[in-house]
Amino acid sequence: MAMFERSRALPLLCVVALLIVLWFGAALAMNWDQAQALADDDAGWTDVATAALSLDRPLLPTPDQVASEMFRSVFDYPANSPRSLLFHAGVTAWAAVLGFAIAVVVGMVLAIGIVHVRTLDRALMPWLIASQAVPVLAIAPMVVVVLGSIGQTGVVPKALIAGWLSFFPIVTGMVKGLRSSDPMRRDLMRTYSATDAQVFAKLRWPDSMAFLFPAMKVAAPLALVGAIVAELPTGAQAGLGARLLTGSYYGQTPQIWAALFMAAILAMLAVATVDGAQALLVRSRGGRL
Amino acid sequence: METGRPDKPDHGEHEGRPKSEQSDAAPERSDARAVIEAHDLGVTFTADSQTTVALTGVTLSVHQGEFVSLIGPSGCGKTTLLRLIADLEQASTGTLVVNGLTPEEARKRRAYGYVFQAPALYPWRNVARNVMLPLEVMGLPRAERQARAARVLNLVGLSEFRGRFPWQLSGGMQQRVSIARALSFEPTLLLMDEPFGALDEITRDGLTLHLHELWRRTSLTAMFVTHSVLEAVFLSTRIVVMSSRPGRVVSVIDSDLPRERDLDVRETPEFLALAHAVRAALREGHGDV
Repeated sequence: MAMFERSRALPLLCVVALLIVLWFGAALAMNWDQAQALADDDAGWTDVATAALSLDRPLLPTPDQVASEMFRSVFDYPANSPRSLLFHAGVTAWAAVLGFAIAVVVGMVLAIGIVHVRTLDRALMPWLIASQAVPVLAIAPMVVVVLGSIGQTGVVPKALIAGWLSFFPIVTGMVKGLRSSDPMRRDLMRTYSATDAQVFAKLRWPDSMAFLFPAMKVAAPLALVGAIVAELPTGAQAGLGARLLTGSYYGQTPQIWAALFMAAILAMLAVATVDGAQALLVRSRGGRL
Repeated sequence: METGRPDKPDHGEHEGRPKSEQSDAAPERSDARAVIEAHDLGVTFTADSQTTVALTGVTLSVHQGEFVSLIGPSGCGKTTLLRLIADLEQASTGTLVVNGLTPEEARKRRAYGYVFQAPALYPWRNVARNVMLPLEVMGLPRAERQARAARVLNLVGLSEFRGRFPWQLSGGMQQRVSIARALSFEPTLLLMDEPFGALDEITRDGLTLHLHELWRRTSLTAMFVTHSVLEAVFLSTRIVVMSSRPGRVVSVIDSDLPRERDLDVRETPEFLALAHAVRAALREGHGDV
């Protein structure tokens, strides 16, 4: 087991090391001109290189600059301060969680309708596909502004956009799952003369879980993206989107990158939470999904 | 092509009726009521404007307490006949009465238990909960469900496996669970569609013996679809030999073996004579197509 773990950790570390080296190289190249412009005329290339890796407003901050920015903004302020990165992460996460909940509920209801009502199957699917063709990222600002004009500000418009962006995988996954029941097991329910509701509760629903969880794993990071995008347009006061925005206003590239890394961490946490829920279900089912 | 093939009267047994009148003289069946009565039953499938006659001119009556095997080559409609009785398929012609009712009424009153080719257990339910599934559908109270599950699991010798999940059991044990499940709501009729088809020979022998004892100790009427001549002869009081294209009854062979049997009966001359008669009928059915 230890051998296995080591053999997995080693390649991973190699990749991380390689990425960091490449990142430093890229930072050096991109920041070189700015560093040279700021440097004294008699500065050697080592001085310029040192300066390029420690600029205040670099084009591309170095990994250590991003790390120290993250460390500072997470640990130097209380979590309820607007200067704390955790505060902003919390605001975005809350909107994403609400949006994800909307996506799961709406997705399930739509899937149940599609599976049980023939007309919905034919009438609804084209619209659902069309809804995904709409570039939500582009119209999100409009949605936020429109909802704001009817008094819906704060978390509601963000959650709606997050839900919009993430419900489709849930619908398709659930439709497939609810239809995945083995014909023999369905015949069996018929021999018991089970009602449609019983077939749903005892066969279709449990069968759909094997499709719901992968769908949720796709949907959870999408909800996060939706929440961040919804924070961009109105110059929101809080949230990772707001951090991205103010960072780019003031050329605070380390702040942008710190927010991006925080978003990545949140996405990993979201997927891990879905995995955890799945593990609980698997355990209650005796070890198989 | 339909009924009244010129060669049919040659094997008078296929009509069932003359034969059963004849054998009604046998004391154990004379006063038993008919559980299944099929008259001139036919099924025609149409797919892509091509018509397939799956079953034609089947006339057969099965009395209470009988063990009737349906044997014949693949595609002879033996499974279709079983599914007609179970109301999982609709007859195109003829009449079929199950327990004095139409198949649909009989199904709605849960007159029969059905065992499929595969165990068709629900993988997310443990053994006991699988067995309780039909009882839940029927709406029996919890205590009653548990009592019945305990009894039928004892009947198939799987009491100590009640908490296991299907994937933790061997194929033979899974099929025993599925038989227990079919018995749990106390049907008077047990329909089995090649229940041991996917199992190795030693397991088959054990289960065949088990099934025989189960039938002998209860007042069950059983219909058993099989490919195996030995299995059919060992288990049955009557063997219905069918032929394919179109599926029809070639011959009905009454067994004069004692009701109580063990595996050694397979070495007796009576058993071998019966097996020979079944094989001859199978060849005959195959030859005249």
